[in-house]
Amino acid sequence: MTTVQERSPMPQEREPNPAMTAADRPIGYGRVQRKEDPRFIRGKGRYLDDIVLPGMLHGAVLRSPMAHARLVSIDTTEALAHPKVHAVITGKDLEGLNLAWAPTLSADTMAVLATDKVRFQGQEVAFVVAEDRYSARDALELIDVEYEQLPVVIDARRALEPGTAVIRDDKDGQTDNHIFDWEAGDKAETEAVFARADVVVSEDVVYPRVHPAPMETCGAIADYDPIDGKLTLYETTQAPHAHRTLYAMVAGIPEHKIRVIAGDIGGGFGNKVGIYPGYICAVVGSIVTGKPVKWVEDRSENLMSTSFARDYLMRGEIAATKDGKILAVRTHVLADHGAFNATAQPTKYPAGFFSIFTGSYDLEAAYCSVTGVYTNKAPGGVAYACSFRVTEAVYLVERMVDVLAQRLEMDPAELRLKNFIRPEQFPYKNKTGWEYDSGDYEPALRMCMEQIGYADLRQEQAEKRARGELMGIGVSFFTETVGAGPRKHFDIVGLGMADGAEVRVHPTGKAVVRLSVQTQGQGHETTFAQIVAEELGIPPEDIEVVHGDTDQTPFGLGTYGSRSTPVSGGAVALAARKVRDKAKAIAAAMLETRPEDLEWEKGRFFVKGDPSAAKTISEIALGAHGTVALPEGVDGNLDAEVTYDPPNLTFPFGAYICVVDIDAGTGKVKVRRFVAVDDCGTRINPMIVEGQIHGGLADGVGMALMEFIGFDEQGNCLGGSFMDYLIPTALEVPDWELGATVTPSPHHPIGAKGIGESATVGSPPAVVNAVVDALAPFGVTHMDMPCTPARVWAAMQGRATPPI
Amino acid sequence: MQVTMTVNGTEVTRDVEPRLLLVHFLRETLGLTGTHWGCDTSNCGTCVVLVDGEPVKSCTQLAAMTAGHEVRTVEGMAAGGTLDPVQQGFMEEHGLQCGFCTPGMMLTARALLDRNPDPDEGEIREAISGQICRCTGYATIVRSIQWAAAHPAAETTDQEVRA
Repeated sequence: MTTVQERSPMPQEREPNPAMTAADRPIGYGRVQRKEDPRFIRGKGRYLDDIVLPGMLHGAVLRSPMAHARLVSIDTTEALAHPKVHAVITGKDLEGLNLAWAPTLSADTMAVLATDKVRFQGQEVAFVVAEDRYSARDALELIDVEYEQLPVVIDARRALEPGTAVIRDDKDGQTDNHIFDWEAGDKAETEAVFARADVVVSEDVVYPRVHPAPMETCGAIADYDPIDGKLTLYETTQAPHAHRTLYAMVAGIPEHKIRVIAGDIGGGFGNKVGIYPGYICAVVGSIVTGKPVKWVEDRSENLMSTSFARDYLMRGEIAATKDGKILAVRTHVLADHGAFNATAQPTKYPAGFFSIFTGSYDLEAAYCSVTGVYTNKAPGGVAYACSFRVTEAVYLVERMVDVLAQRLEMDPAELRLKNFIRPEQFPYKNKTGWEYDSGDYEPALRMCMEQIGYADLRQEQAEKRARGELMGIGVSFFTETVGAGPRKHFDIVGLGMADGAEVRVHPTGKAVVRLSVQTQGQGHETTFAQIVAEELGIPPEDIEVVHGDTDQTPFGLGTYGSRSTPVSGGAVALAARKVRDKAKAIAAAMLETRPEDLEWEKGRFFVKGDPSAAKTISEIALGAHGTVALPEGVDGNLDAEVTYDPPNLTFPFGAYICVVDIDAGTGKVKVRRFVAVDDCGTRINPMIVEGQIHGGLADGVGMALMEFIGFDEQGNCLGGSFMDYLIPTALEVPDWELGATVTPSPHHPIGAKGIGESATVGSPPAVVNAVVDALAPFGVTHMDMPCTPARVWAAMQGRATPPI
Repeated sequence: MQVTMTVNGTEVTRDVEPRLLLVHFLRETLGLTGTHWGCDTSNCGTCVVLVDGEPVKSCTQLAAMTAGHEVRTVEGMAAGGTLDPVQQGFMEEHGLQCGFCTPGMMLTARALLDRNPDPDEGEIREAISGQICRCTGYATIVRSIQWAAAHPAAETTDQEVRA
């Protein structure tokens, strides 16, 4: 392990960016400016809504105002009579095409346009296609729908009570709102450990419903060509290839006749993984009208109907010795999946990777059980940088460790240090069967404590407490599991979670790399070029990264669950190494020597002992495509393709400490400082890694303090606009202070573990632990997010209720 | 109805519906898609443009209301092929990721620096607090604007950056 310590340098202190001077620019890993930036800073990004096709029409969706109601009738006569309306599509029309229902990513079905009932507020009821977006919206007002209201199920805790309205009465044999039961770990063994433990603490811990809310909402442009039967679909998608395959399966259009194009994506965070009814309606609209149809949802539609996140109601328990050795963790979860089970996750894992709720600790036993239920809320559940539910797991265990620390009157950092998995235990098999690839936890937490000045802060806190001032220090330590994953264990609707990559070196030594994954701001065009640069010595600016077009890129499952670097990064590195092997054989032929007599240094092969006898990658590329007599079995090119099936998941980790001050008069929480020490293995571009961490930390502060999708008793969504769904601005977050340790993944081709979601996963417990720490003088042992001023003030009065 | 306004230094006159929002006028009537749309409720700020030098949320202003005024969009920031220091600062300090909020953030920064060439961190955070970024956590945006303040003369030509 190596350590790197950085205190967010201010511009005036910083060295000039090496990327600005070609002479010392890193050819490979290092801090390099992004290749994406020149177009974005000029407003020349090409997002979905920027695309205009000749003759294009505009779609708009009519949505249900009710959370649960029977559809009595839909009258579209007036809308159809609107002079600018070309088509109005209802569920009945889709039934004729066998498209009224579509499969979800979790082996369930979802309504595309409602036929029998509406099951959540904001559900899609009809689709209008008109000449412009204003007319399409006007026409929605002209559709007359009669609803017959039904009892609503909003509180997941009551969803399974006898006599509760059955939401999914469309499903044969479904007589209640139960979706699944799932468990991990050893129940009996865990019970035995709990029975003999000195101390057991338990809490009800809610991870409330939140929403990824990318700045660009979701949308699609469908362009169906009836002559050659080809569908070109521009989409805001994180997974273009998976979408194409699913459209082929659902719509019956042959896969080779579907081209999915994802241009620039204005943020995704898991919100753009699934296929939404609007996309399918745009396709039908284009087929029906014979013209391209654009559909872009508005912000309320995005917040009310597309993939939400979390909504886990957890009972957490920890068993420990009286001197603070954690023995076992146990939990039961009630998972609210909304009206359709549409979570995007591997088939065998209905609760995602929640089984990493064992955290970073060496336990004797662990057991969890999860029950999934339907409610009259929007579907979704796996989104918002959650790493397939790791975020819920980490929040639970890190909150519970603090509850234990409070009970034992131990320092929460010391309690963690005492219980960490030790470095010599890696690879470490946890009690739910996951094998952690590598880790060295203690140095990360110690670095974090030193960087923030932990001992001094505790001293300051004691002094402030004596004066009645509220200051809290929150610690969290997370281990993530990302990079899904090995095909034998992980698939989404039957598609193995591998990713392809193709590297081609052109005759002049410039290269192109084609990816199956899809950037939404993570900087793939830069980092993937750097991986090839590191392997082949070609400067990153000479490497074109092609992605986001199924006609131009190899198959793969896309970008979510922090899987781009762990999976696709592995594919790219291995493809580049295949190119290098080939280059060696060709160089040997060019130098009239044997391949084993050649040595590689970045960018060229030379004869051992005679560095002047050398061929650069450029020369070799020209040789490969030229007239050099090639060795037996070597084609005349410098290309390679790899589909990477990772041998294991990767396990990034990190230590976070947050300091908050709370206004005792109003309950307002101010985040004063936040130090994050992350270990994601090899860092390809530290600047981009730090950017990913910054974004995730802001997410964590947002969820901990502000963000919440709530509902009233009638099922009205109370978070349906940015007036109600509060996202942090620059005033609610501090300047982030980062540190790093580097423990490479032993099984990954370049040792990289993935960083996209670490901070979103690790930061909420740090903030909430800080808030609870500040409120300890009031006897508070736990409070649920969001810690809004009103809720914090209520907690101070002993009256905080869970946000359900 | 007919509206006339100056956009990025050029006078434009178009026939529009009275209800047409400025954001749609810029994006769809004029094809200036660097101005984005993100929320409808004046909260997110991806639609910010400068009207007579002041940041305005173009999703909450009608094109008709803008008649006779001067509008500046991200497309008008790099004058004569030279990047605005704010644009260069965003590249230097990784002030953007997905790029969607970036044009609005940069224009607000430009307006701030025009009236206060040496803002402190608090003034910068206050200035951009009407805009949301989901990717960066704001720290690098703040540093980008600080970079621009420290480099008031544009140093890089459009040509150099593109190369």
